[in-house]
Parts: sequence; structure tokens; C-alpha cells
Amino acid sequence: MNHSRSRRNPTREPDFPTVKPPSPGGSSSGGAGAAMRLIVPLQGVVQGRGGLILGSIIPGALYYFFQLYLKRCRSAKPNSNPPSPSSSSAQLADLSRSSSRSNLSSRGSVGPVRVSARANSIAKPNASPYYIGLEMASEDPYDRFDNPDGIMQLGLSENRLSLDLIETWILENLERSMIGGADGHLNISGIATYQPLDGMMEMKIAVAGFMSQVMGTTVSFDPSRLVLTSGATPAIETLCFCLADQGNAFLVPTPYYPGFDRDMKWRTGVELIPVHCRSSDNFALSVTALDQAFNQARKRGQKVRGILISNPSNPIGNMLNKETLYSLLDFAREKNIHIISDEIFAGSTYGSEEFVSMAEILESEDFDKNRVHIIYGLSKDLSLPGFRVGVIYSFNTSVLAAAKKLARFSSVSAPTQRILISMLSDTRFIQRYIETTRERIKKMYVAFAAGLKQLGIECTKSSAGLYCWADMSGLIRPYNEKGELELWDKLLKIGKINITPGSACHCIEPGWFRCCFTMLAEEDIPVVIKRIQRVVET
Amino acid sequence: MTRTRSSESDEDSSPTTTGGGGGRGRTEMRVIVPLQGVVQGRGGLVLGSVIPCALFYLLQLYFKRHRSEPTPPPQTLTEVSELNRSLSRTHLSPRGSSAPACVSTRANSIVKSSDSPFYVGLKRVSEDPYDELSNPEGVIQLGLAENKLSLDLARDWLAETAKDSILSGGGSSGPLSMAGIANYQASDGLVELKVAVAGFMSQVMERSISFNPSQIVLTAGATPAIEILSFCLADTGNAFLVPTPYYPSFDRDLKWRTGVEIIPVPCRSADNFNLSISALDLAFDQGKKRGLKVRGIVISNPSNPVGNLLNRETIYTLVDFAREKNIHIISNEIFAGSTHGSEEFVSMAEIIDSEDLDRDRVHIVYGLSKDLCLPGFKVGVIYSSNENVLAAAKKLSRFSSISAPTQCLVISMLSDIRFIQKFIQTNRERLQRMYTKFVAGLKQLGIECMRSSGGFYCWADMRGLIRSYSEKGELELWNKLLNIAKINVTPGSSCHCIEPGWFHCCFTTLTEQDISVVMERIRKVSETCKSPR
Repeated sequence: MNHSRSRRNPTREPDFPTVKPPSPGGSSSGGAGAAMRLIVPLQGVVQGRGGLILGSIIPGALYYFFQLYLKRCRSAKPNSNPPSPSSSSAQLADLSRSSSRSNLSSRGSVGPVRVSARANSIAKPNASPYYIGLEMASEDPYDRFDNPDGIMQLGLSENRLSLDLIETWILENLERSMIGGADGHLNISGIATYQPLDGMMEMKIAVAGFMSQVMGTTVSFDPSRLVLTSGATPAIETLCFCLADQGNAFLVPTPYYPGFDRDMKWRTGVELIPVHCRSSDNFALSVTALDQAFNQARKRGQKVRGILISNPSNPIGNMLNKETLYSLLDFAREKNIHIISDEIFAGSTYGSEEFVSMAEILESEDFDKNRVHIIYGLSKDLSLPGFRVGVIYSFNTSVLAAAKKLARFSSVSAPTQRILISMLSDTRFIQRYIETTRERIKKMYVAFAAGLKQLGIECTKSSAGLYCWADMSGLIRPYNEKGELELWDKLLKIGKINITPGSACHCIEPGWFRCCFTMLAEEDIPVVIKRIQRVVET
Repeated sequence: MTRTRSSESDEDSSPTTTGGGGGRGRTEMRVIVPLQGVVQGRGGLVLGSVIPCALFYLLQLYFKRHRSEPTPPPQTLTEVSELNRSLSRTHLSPRGSSAPACVSTRANSIVKSSDSPFYVGLKRVSEDPYDELSNPEGVIQLGLAENKLSLDLARDWLAETAKDSILSGGGSSGPLSMAGIANYQASDGLVELKVAVAGFMSQVMERSISFNPSQIVLTAGATPAIEILSFCLADTGNAFLVPTPYYPSFDRDLKWRTGVEIIPVPCRSADNFNLSISALDLAFDQGKKRGLKVRGIVISNPSNPVGNLLNRETIYTLVDFAREKNIHIISNEIFAGSTHGSEEFVSMAEIIDSEDLDRDRVHIVYGLSKDLCLPGFKVGVIYSSNENVLAAAKKLSRFSSISAPTQCLVISMLSDIRFIQKFIQTNRERLQRMYTKFVAGLKQLGIECMRSSGGFYCWADMRGLIRSYSEKGELELWNKLLNIAKINVTPGSSCHCIEPGWFHCCFTTLTEQDISVVMERIRKVSETCKSPR
């Protein structure tokens, strides 16, 4: 700091030489001209341009000092900042009780020990209705027989429609897959010992095969570009760490998956800039809105490092068509930013529309592949969220290298990898599984949307995902977020169904709700509809 | 500094001003005087201090703007070659002259961070691993703290019960519960597993400490457990005191993504590498002087490269020290059950058990990789009684949760008390036998080991074998051992040991027959080292 301070002096000197030179000249000639010569520049400084300079410089300096002051105060503050009340009161009680050992140290007058500021903000109780609803539903879950008055879970996008298929496969094959080898001899070092942190090669090959099978076999995925993580959640976080630094930002079209706020921001220090999509466009992404958000962020001095899209989109269920993907790529190149494409629902489609992966576009034409990164996982398309398998697929060698090293913090356990390797390699089972699941999702979607329609609730046209995006704006009393949350609260507490309000997804229009229907059995649909009806009528 | 400078120059100029304008008109005087006031007097002082500051501020602003733009592009070369290949779509956009997309600076530094000998050695072994029959010329692994001595026990158990345990969701003989493994589960671990792990921990630590399952957060390995604690206890730019020599990966786990610093606290061979409070105190003060905010101490007990244990007295002084400075203690007790001496292991949990204020500052890291020999399962544990830390860690566990089938497998394994009892006992005996043999083998070569009573390794004193008593000499020997003798040991410098010539040798990936091979290989190198002397 000192260094740069003294270095700045040269820039200041030009002011003074203009004052100084007159002095030798003035004393030798002794004329009035000398004084004049002296006055004029000084006058210039105070009155003319100089005044302008000073006028801008002085506030600048003061502002700088002010900043410095604030900084000092802030870094000192945590010492005086009380922790959350619950713990402090508990600790106060402890203080009086603490005996022997605290007396040993002479300077023993210490307060309770503090956790980091970031932990404090994370530890705060959930504020988002998304998490509150999930919690309430898990405390009192509906069961047709055991707990018919429980809360029905429509807030979690989990697919339970095809568990029977998985179950049959596991019953038949578990032993073989874990114990491995045709000789029936347990290969213990294959599961118990240290394995590559970013996933076994066999697993990467199996997952790459599954991905191209799911995405319609037009794309092939290169296993060496895969990094496996324990779920898609750490995959997203790892990418965020790799692409952006603290204080940078990502553009995210709204409404978006509520978990992004945790995955992208919590530990990375990255910001999300919502790019609003509207019901009048069927919530389709528009590049003009992206451009506007990008420019606004730039004006605020924020550095945008990328766009995060989910395709199929998470709360809506629509898909990006080829044209949109092309314009997105053009936009990203123009602004020189990255694209993270979350394609975790790629296989859970039920419409006639065809899913197009980013990877397919990149293969077909000569785009700059280095800026595109795909997120995938087995939680949705293989209905195995409990297995915690996520995928980063990237063309960027630096990102891959960093992600492989960061995989040490979220590796998949070896027994799970063994089971999945043999499950995914069973192509015939997978083929049948994908087809059956699609049919079942479609059937549920039709039944569920029809049920809502009877109540006068329309859903946005969607063709993928485990949910529908329902328009209940006609049911909310004040047409704003408050009204939306009131309805959500009623549905949760009176109707006993947990759905996700649009505001949790940062939707700009009130009255939209995401309802996941794949946790239900078909028989449950009339129950849900009846419960909604009861609330609607009040 | 700048202030004095500017006022000097003011005084230089102003006397001459008055001298020059001395006999001249009054109007001029009147103009000059107020100006003089500005330049000479208080005004000059104010301006003199304000202007440089403002300029400095502008300069900072300038730097800030410029720094954020050209992030060093590492892949320029590869992308430049692709740029001229890009066709059609480039022409569609009029402003199509974009630079390659840069990755974040933190990713760059992670990619670039040169691997320490610890990682270089591990990589060499994985490329050319020794096998008694199929690759007798391969590199023998003594660098990875992994226990393969009791794999047969785990294998027998798994062969018998793996299927049932997964399908029953961990219960001993419950009905098939597919939902228990396929569906979303609590991200911080199944309650049943927490109960089982708590039981295992108190069994392993052999004392009457009981662990409260509700104070446990499970993670995918001890590595994320350490990172999560680092996130929870310190902010970017804060620091932890870590006694050296320490486990080489702490440099990644504690620092990489958290932005936290490590202040090494050197321990010396003269003290048997025991932790001294005065060294801690010194390091704390130095950190403070450098403007670093020290948020805690990270210890490994049993210590990782050395293998010694902290006695009760040291633990209490440590806690006193932490209280005095009002900082946290992270105690990494992942080797707690892998002790082989007669010395008693004392867990920090005794502190947590006590009804003291101090329980809030003590956090234990544990895992099943070492004591249950299952590193592939990736099960790590955070044990804390600080409510805030627990709340934050539970939420952060979403980034590193354990897959459900593995959890079910481990639940039923840990619930099989008879198996676990036998496993712990047999494993200890085998560990003890290997340790004795390995140390005796080294002794025959004239290499002494630090007396240790925990861990899969010994801390060998090869100061006699290094040519120049410096880090360079140490790395030369390490290189010779790796490339000529083909054995991979970890040099002390990778563990930030302050004295050169110490090496970390893990003997639990070997079989007993391998020991003689290792000794033979070391002997070959040590003879070439000794001869010139």
C-alpha cells in the first residue's frame, strides 16, 4: 500500500513545478510579471478547471477514508456481534456453571466462541416456503392407510412411479453386481479400497452410455469428459466454483429451481441475476431479456460469468428448441461467458416434443465448446435420488482438471458405483425402464392436469419433468406475492398438500404453483383434487 | 509520508512567492494572501493530504477495473487454433470477435497448483503398482494411509450379508424396502446410521465416552467433513494453527475452496514432535501481527505422519489455550481405533462430554476409512455440540452426502456387534505385528523410527541417508527411493516438517512377505547414499 502511495507522487508533481519555476525567475527580475505568473496558475487551480478537479478530488478522498473506516469497523465488529440468541442464552447458563478448569487460566474472561459469518447465515432457519413445505411434509407424511390425514407431498420432484422395475432388477442382480466376477468371488478391493475420486472409469463409461440412450442416441458422450459427484447438487456447486469467483454473477432465467439459491451461492460467494420470463411468452426464454439483464448487471459493476439454464426447465417443464439453443450460444459467445445447462430431466419427457441436448448442438456445428458445461444425474431419469450420483460433462480441459480435483469433496461411494455399473450396462433393462417410465409419467400428467382443469386451474403446456406448472392466479385474493403465500399456506395447513409457490422459484408473476405428481399413486390424484377443491371453495 | 513531502514543497514555493511580489501592487497582494493561506497554512495541509488520497483512490479504482478483465487465459493456445476453424455461426453474429471463455481464478489456481511429492508419488504408484506375481518390478505403495490388513474380514462379512443388508434397508431382518434406498434421504445421513456410527465410535475409543447421535453429521468421507468445518468456523482470510508435520491434504481440504489460511506450528524431533503450547502461542501472535485472524487449531490425534498420541495433560492445556484465545479446536481422530501401542488414546470427546463452556469450541472429525478399512465407502463424521456449527453443517451436507445403499450396508455391518468386536481386535493385533516387523526391518538398516502408538505408518529418520541436510537433499533421496528402489514414501517436506530427512512410511498396504522386499530395496539405495561419506 505504501508502495503504491509513494508511486502516485509523480502524478501530483506537475502541479507544483508550475508554481515553483517562477520563484528563481521572479527574484532575479524583481518584476510584477513574476507575481502575476505565480498568481495565474494558482487562480486557475482554485477558480477554473482546478476547482473542478479539487471539487471532485476532495469528495473522492473523503469517500475513500469513509470506506476505509467502514472496513475497519466491519472487520472488528464480529467480536461484539452476538451469535444467534438461542445459543447465547444457552451459553450464558453454562457460564455460571463452569467451574474448575476455567479458573485455571488467569485471563479466563472469554465470551462464547463464534462460528464464521458464512456459517451463521447458512445456519439461519429456512425462510423459503419450498423448504418449509418439505420439512412439514416429511414430519407428517400422508399414507393412504396409516396416515390418511397427513400432508401429501407435491413439492419434491422425485419419481416413484417405476420403483417396482428397479426393485425387481435389484432383487435379481444385487449379489452379482456387488460381488462381481463370474466366479462369484467377492472382489473386495474393488469396493473397499480407495478409488478414483472422480468416479471409476467403468462407471463413467456406463453413465455416458446411459446419457446417450436417454437423450435419444443421437449424441455420444465421451467418458473422459465426465466427472462424477455425489449428486447433481455438488456438480452444480463445483461448476460454479470453477467458472466464477466471489462476487461474480450468473444469469438465471426465472422461474428457477429453488435449490439453485443454495447450490450456486452459499459457499461460492457467487450471485444470481434473475432474468424474468413471463406467462405471455409461455415462460419461454428470450435473448433480449438476457441481454437487458446482462447490461444492467454490468452497469452495477457486476461481472457476469455465465448463464445457468435448466433444460427441460425445472418448474415449468418446457424445453428449449434448437433455435433458442443456437441463439443462446451466440449470446454467450458475444458476451464471452459460459453456459451451464442442467439437463437432469432429459429422459423424463412425456410430450411429443423432442429433447435437444446442448451436447448435440455442439457436435453438429462448430461452436466454441469450451464454454458449455452440462449437468446430469441419475436422481430423476433413473429414479434413484438416494444413490446420489451426479455428472459434470464439460468440453473445457481446465474446468475438467479443476473439477476432478474438487471431486475429493463429493465422491460417490464404491459399492453404489458397482451396483450402478451393472445396472446401467444391462441395456435391455434400461431400454425397457426408460420406455415404461415415460408412459407412466405421461399417464399421470394427463390425469393430474385433467383433475386440475376440472377445478378451473390451467397448467402451462409442458412436455417434460415430474411436475406441472399450475396457474392459480384466479384463486389468490390480493394479486401479489402475499396473496400467493396465503393460498400456499392454506393449501399446506388446511388442504394438507405441499406444493411449491412460484415466489420460491423467483417467478415474477404471482399465483403460479409447481406440483410434482410423480410421488403420488394414481389413486391419490382424486384425493389431491378434492383437497384443493376444499381450499378453493373457502 | 506523502503529507510531509507535500508540505515541504509548499514551503519551498511560498517564501519565494512573497519575495517576488514584495514591492508590487496591493490588489495583487490581496489576491495572493488568501491563496497563500490555502497553500501555506492549514489549507495546504488539508489539500496536501486530500489530493494524494484521492489520487490513490482513483488509482485503486483503475487497478480494480483492469485486474478483473484480463484473467489469465490458460487455454488460449488450444482455443486460438479452434478459432480459425470455426465457420458458419461465427459469421452470424456481427460482433463475433470474442476471446476464449476464462475459468475462475480459483479454478485456475487449483489446476495449476503443482502437486507436492505426496501426490506425485501416489500417481506414480497408480500407474505402475507393485504386484508380487504380475508386476514384481512395480512401485511399492508406502505413501497411502490405507489398511489392507483386515480386508479379508470385511470381505467375508460382505459376501455373507451384503445383499440382505442393502435390501432390508439396514435393519437386521426387516421386509424389503426399496424406498429406503432409492428415494431421497436426509442429506446429513440416516438416523440409524448415526446411531450405529456413534456406537462404533465409543466401541473403538474403548472408553466410557458415549457419543450422541444427534450431534453427528455424516459426509461422503472425512475430506468433506474437514472442509465443511473449515467453512463453518472461519471466513475467507482467517487462519487455522496447524502443528507440523501435518497430513499433506490439509492444504487442499482446509484451504482450497474456503479461502482459509494455515499457519504452521513447527514441532521438532528434540521434543519427539510433541505439540508445545509455547510454539502455538508464538504462531498465534505472529499470525496476529500479520493481521491474520486465527479462528482455531487443527490437530490430528493420533497424529498423522508421526503416529504419537496426545496425552490428557496436553489436551487440557490445548483447551485452556483455545479458551484463552477464544478459538476453536478441530480434532481429527480418524485413526482413533488404529492404535498399536500400550498408550491410552484420549478423545477430545471427553471435553465435549463435560458440562463446560468449552464444549462449543471442540469439533471432532472421524470416518470409517481407517478404523473400518473401508475408504471406498466414503463415510466421514463431524461430531460437535455447537448448535450453530451443527445446523450449518447439516445444511452443507447436501454437497457431500452418502448414497443410501452404502449407508444400509454400513448400518448392518456396524450393528453386528460380534463382528465389529472381532474385527477391531484382530485388526489391532495385525497392525501391531506389522508395525513391529517393519520398524525392526528399518532398524537393521540403521534407520530409526519415532516411537509411535497409532496409525498405519511410521515416521522414519533418514537424516543419515541424505547428502545435504536440507529439503533438497531430502527430495533427492525421495526421488531415488521412488525411481531407483521403486518404493513410494512421503517426504517430511510434503508434511511441512521443519527438519529435513524424515519420511512417512505406511506399512498396512503390504503383506508380511513384502516387508523384506521393501527393506531390500531401501538397502540398495541407502548403500549408494552412504558410500561417498
